[in-house]
Amino acid sequence: MPRTLFEKVWDAHVVADPPAQLALLYVDLHLVHEVTSPQAFDGLRAAGRQVRAPKRTIATVDHNIPTEPRGTPIFDPIAKRQIEALQKNCREFGVRLFDMDSAEQGIVHVIGPELGFTQPGMTIVCGDSHTSTHGAFGALAFGIGTSEVEHVLATQCLPQRKPKTMIIQVSGKLGEGVSAKDLALGIIGKIGTDGATGHVIEYAGEAVRELSMEGRMTLCNMSIEAGARAGMVAPDETTFAYVKGKSFAPKDQDWDDTVAQWRKLASDPGAEYDTVVEIDASELAPFVTWGTNPGMVVPITSRVPELPVNGADRTTAQRMLEYMGLEPGTPIEQIHVERVFIGSCTNSRLEDLRAAARVAKGYKVASGVRAMVVPGSQQVKHAAEQEGLHRIFQEAGFEWRESGCSMCLGMNPDILRPAERCASTSNRNFEGRQGRGGRTHLVSPMMAAAAAITGHFTDIRNWRFQ
Amino acid sequence: MQPFRKHTGKVAPLYRANVDTDQIIPKQFLKRIERTGFGEFLFNDWRRTADGTPDPKFVLNQPRYAGASILIAGKNFGCGSSREHAVWALADFGFRAVIAPSFADIFANNCVKNGVLTVVLGEEQVSEIARKASEISGYEIAVDLENCAVRDQQGLNTHFQIDEFTRHCLLEGLDDIGLTLQHAADITAYEAKHPIPSAWKS
Repeated sequence: MPRTLFEKVWDAHVVADPPAQLALLYVDLHLVHEVTSPQAFDGLRAAGRQVRAPKRTIATVDHNIPTEPRGTPIFDPIAKRQIEALQKNCREFGVRLFDMDSAEQGIVHVIGPELGFTQPGMTIVCGDSHTSTHGAFGALAFGIGTSEVEHVLATQCLPQRKPKTMIIQVSGKLGEGVSAKDLALGIIGKIGTDGATGHVIEYAGEAVRELSMEGRMTLCNMSIEAGARAGMVAPDETTFAYVKGKSFAPKDQDWDDTVAQWRKLASDPGAEYDTVVEIDASELAPFVTWGTNPGMVVPITSRVPELPVNGADRTTAQRMLEYMGLEPGTPIEQIHVERVFIGSCTNSRLEDLRAAARVAKGYKVASGVRAMVVPGSQQVKHAAEQEGLHRIFQEAGFEWRESGCSMCLGMNPDILRPAERCASTSNRNFEGRQGRGGRTHLVSPMMAAAAAITGHFTDIRNWRFQ
Repeated sequence: MQPFRKHTGKVAPLYRANVDTDQIIPKQFLKRIERTGFGEFLFNDWRRTADGTPDPKFVLNQPRYAGASILIAGKNFGCGSSREHAVWALADFGFRAVIAPSFADIFANNCVKNGVLTVVLGEEQVSEIARKASEISGYEIAVDLENCAVRDQQGLNTHFQIDEFTRHCLLEGLDDIGLTLQHAADITAYEAKHPIPSAWKS
């Protein structure tokens, strides 16, 4: 019977399928960070258990850490304690840690791929919902809670209910200035923030095949914002070219053998999905969110929507607009911003920074706007500096900072003040996400850079590049 | 884990769609390395105004809902971040069950691991329960996992679906790591066939 990409990866990882229980799935790679792991390691200690496969477990610090120059003391004593707990746990249990001072530190979903740990066909988990990012490689990658982190540390397995499958067929080509981020926002706007609940999405079609690995990571990253368990893209030559030569990727003869296996992963012709969604890429525009969830999104050329007539929806929309400080009917291009954040596991890779720098080049950040660029990892930062991107940003008046999650969730000191409005390349515009009372609009890196320069949302398709 | 069999308790209505885990437990409280004490911060930014005083308009601050142990929520409850701290906060605050038209996947998994029951009912039923909770003082519901039923004193008597394995784990309060370790031989056999990638061994 023809099988989907997801089914092939699933089938290859079933360790046991006991009757009246869930299937037991083997985990190839477990990514760990400081926020969702301390209680899991405590649980191991309390039960006298070890980490079953320390070599399949890698850790880094990303959520909490300041993006000030490295070496600046961490002033938040609770954050410091959490970081120290991870250091201690990794030492005690023999887990590889890419620590604050490491040249390979970065956001967990940036370093997994760039170090070559993330590979096609793998099962990958992490105590972080944006683990879906790694599905860009044709891996089955999903976020888990801390109890499940403990479960994987102890057993390298997870009991799992088999999810449903959804294919999102993206036909046509994305227009100039329309990025993978806009594709992701367009999909969520269409199917809703719970449109893919209980499903694993496979992204397919011409526009997806043409995306770089960075673009595919952006797309898969946002799968969780549509409620999906995971998002996947079948591996192809683009994937293999990205993985080849990475520090922890297969080498020599091993490489050829492994790629031969990876080539078999793509969904078979005739494979069936529980749900089919079709999107025409050529109809998409650069998007801007206006509300407090990622499904509340409109094209840049549009306006803040009128209030729905219906009772409950009307109350919800009113509440959102009140929080966002917006009036129905306001043209999106007339919304002014005070802050701009370019970063996060969605959009902080080299390609994202190149796209933003291309927009910023030769311009200055508008007066009254504070704009930050936070590379996803030390390797991204170093590569960007080799190309001189940092100078373009700095000359334009952007802050160029150290790597981490930063203002995506504001666990470190990078936060919005109440009522501050931010164009952000991150993934969630929830109330208070970037700081209590802060107003987040999700956009692509190019759109964020343009908003920083003009001081308001601007259609990047009309930009005069210098 | 605390087993869940039957529970009768006061109902608090928070009948809004898409309540995300950032609202349930805001990020500033995720830095603690303990598993306990999160109840104090449940819905912090909705419960307290910016200067830290309780907001009397918020449902959980209203005296009539004091001691509530069943939360009524809108669809897609618990969406967003995977933070289990959200469930720890609900449980620590005293909630044993959440009733909603739908739940986000990771949140629902996290609930099971902590003995918190998520009950899925139809949108109209949930809306009706929310209405009763806001109109009837001291309104209580009985959630019966043994019979997969939800009842009240006002004529509600409905059944809900839950997969048999989850139900079993909750009824028995099972440690599922222990269950998985019963398959240690299968795991070892799988690992023998699927060795650690050589580049990872150094």
